Amino acid sequence: MALKTKTSTRIGVTILGWGIALWLFFPIFWMILTSFKSEVQAISTPPKLFFMPTLSSYAEVFERANYWHFALNTVIVSVGATAIAIALAVPAAYSMAFMPSKRTRGTLLWMLSTRMLPPVGVLVPIYILARNTHLLDTCTGLAIVDMLTNLPIIVWMLYTFFREVPAPILEAGRMDGATRWQEMTLVLLPLALPGIASTALLSLILCWNEAFWSLNLTSSHAAPLTAFIASFSSPEGLFFGKLSAASTLAVAPILVFGWISQKQLVRGLTFGAVK
Amino acid sequence: MRHLKSTRTALCALGALLAGSVLSSAQAAGTLTIATVNNGDMIVMRQLSTEFEKAHPDIHLNWVTLEENVLRQRVTTDIAMKTGQFDVVTIGNYEVPIWAKQGWLTEIKPDDAYDMNDILPSVRESLTADGKLYALPFYAESVITYYRKDLFQKAGLTMPEQPTYDQIRQFADKITDKPNQVYGICLRGKPGWGENMAYISSLANTFGAQWFDMSWKPTLTSDAWKATLNWYVSALKADGPPGATSNGFNENLALFASGHCGIWIDSTVAGGLLFDPKQSQVADKVGFAPAPKGPYGKGPTWLWSWSLAVPVSSHQSADAQTFITWATSKDYVKLVAARKGWVAAPPGTRASTYAAPEYLKAAPFASFVLNAIKTADPNGPTAQPRPYTGAQFVAIPEFQSIGTQVGQTVAATLSDQMTVDQALTSAQASVTRALRQSGRAR
Repeated sequence: MALKTKTSTRIGVTILGWGIALWLFFPIFWMILTSFKSEVQAISTPPKLFFMPTLSSYAEVFERANYWHFALNTVIVSVGATAIAIALAVPAAYSMAFMPSKRTRGTLLWMLSTRMLPPVGVLVPIYILARNTHLLDTCTGLAIVDMLTNLPIIVWMLYTFFREVPAPILEAGRMDGATRWQEMTLVLLPLALPGIASTALLSLILCWNEAFWSLNLTSSHAAPLTAFIASFSSPEGLFFGKLSAASTLAVAPILVFGWISQKQLVRGLTFGAVK
Repeated sequence: MRHLKSTRTALCALGALLAGSVLSSAQAAGTLTIATVNNGDMIVMRQLSTEFEKAHPDIHLNWVTLEENVLRQRVTTDIAMKTGQFDVVTIGNYEVPIWAKQGWLTEIKPDDAYDMNDILPSVRESLTADGKLYALPFYAESVITYYRKDLFQKAGLTMPEQPTYDQIRQFADKITDKPNQVYGICLRGKPGWGENMAYISSLANTFGAQWFDMSWKPTLTSDAWKATLNWYVSALKADGPPGATSNGFNENLALFASGHCGIWIDSTVAGGLLFDPKQSQVADKVGFAPAPKGPYGKGPTWLWSWSLAVPVSSHQSADAQTFITWATSKDYVKLVAARKGWVAAPPGTRASTYAAPEYLKAAPFASFVLNAIKTADPNGPTAQPRPYTGAQFVAIPEFQSIGTQVGQTVAATLSDQMTVDQALTSAQASVTRALRQSGRAR
């Protein structure tokens, strides 16, 4: 009886899991499906699930815009912002995790509070700063802003991972004559690597999908894939097929990357630094 | 130690990459950056611009295509802060007089070969402020009634040469077939100054309503406004598609093109799209009629033009003017006709386009469009004197915000969150407040 109940619970949970997964994936599935439809098929009511697929939307997208230019900018900005953010966040999280002061808690909360302000609230000052420093429409400018936007979350995540590293291990390193720098790079980092990797992956995904600053701080030279997608939205005309094709092309690299690295991501996010 | 070395190398490489991106972003001399929207005519312009570059080898064109609202925001920020990121901007006749008064646009003085008199007078005037021209029209549009000839025939109806709104309502009632997802009338319902309020402002004009009196006091609680909204709300509720508050121009275009609308009153630019069998399932069943008239029957009429202007912040004003003159010239229209066919020629700007027999043959809706634009008078008289110009908008900077705010209130009447009276009272209060805050009204 107990075995029967256990089996039925397991089946129920499996069905529920699959149901939620499919529900979450459905918009992406529909976007990919629409990208293979003609514009007329894309707007047909009721929507068509079975149709003769066409690559015409992809052909038009590639004809109208230089996809590789936008993709390269996205890679530069995402990787650059993530690398700088990790480089700054590791020492910050290290000091807060292992040398806390009475203000550490408050500092952490203050850092997180900067995420609570709508970005548009600081658009004008950041735009003026970017203009005055000649960083408008540059990958550097966008990478700095993306890095600063994600820094609070990265510091928080790393702080949580570092707190799980037992302090005696670091102490042992110091006993052996390690300097602070060596203690951090040679002892702490290898131990917290899964956590750092998953934090970096999350930062990469957030930078890849960032649209507000991309649309406001770049125009052509440094425009990333989010700007590429936005350029296919039309105020007058049918564009759902082309927009879906552009969106599919934009999310495909990060989707594949996320799929390949999901094991690392899940491990880092769920288990912490030390097993 | 090896770790440290590789980390340092990676950081150096990253620094070099990012620094490189700064250097590459420095705008090269002779490069014009053009901000535009993703409309069909703009896409054609971009494709054919290689001809311009061939003819002007010292000028390179750099295109930035943005969503309409993002474009407005970006261009406004760029010009107001004198950043000089854009040399040519695509703007409408709402922005041109306002921006010209702010001193944001360069005066345009085309040479005789451009033939300024060939530009339709209503369009030319809409881009002029204080007697000076500040933009050149790329294409223009007015308002028209699209209807399904087959549905009318089936219901034994005939569209009059000049329909009235009462007739339109009767026709819509008769052809509505909700079980088969055929809706008698489709109108803009998505909130926004350029969406539902463009249509409703135009509707209000012909019902004898207006936004403000001569002292800039809003008149939104007038009987004429009540009649306007009552017609709009009752027509959409009885004969409109479900979820009308989500439907803007594109959504209604999709509904009509897929055979779900009997009548659609909207921009003339949809004609070319509805007539194209590649984009429309009802291409051979579309009929055209002038925009319906309401009880007042007169009033300012809808006119919109997408135009090319040169911001004063541009560092390459002369080259930019050379480009916009080329892109709006007679020769450009001929180039489009030769490469893409006459049906793709930019509509609504030049008399010579409508004088070409090939165009009239290729675009059966051409005479309706020409007539709608020729007779369009955005500065026409309202029932009472008014202190502003514009037909589907009020040509003041505050309108983007108050139009969108009132648009949301109007949308609330469609979704039964408010009655028409409540919506108009609320709109009156919010518009009064906004104009007081801006200092325009006391």
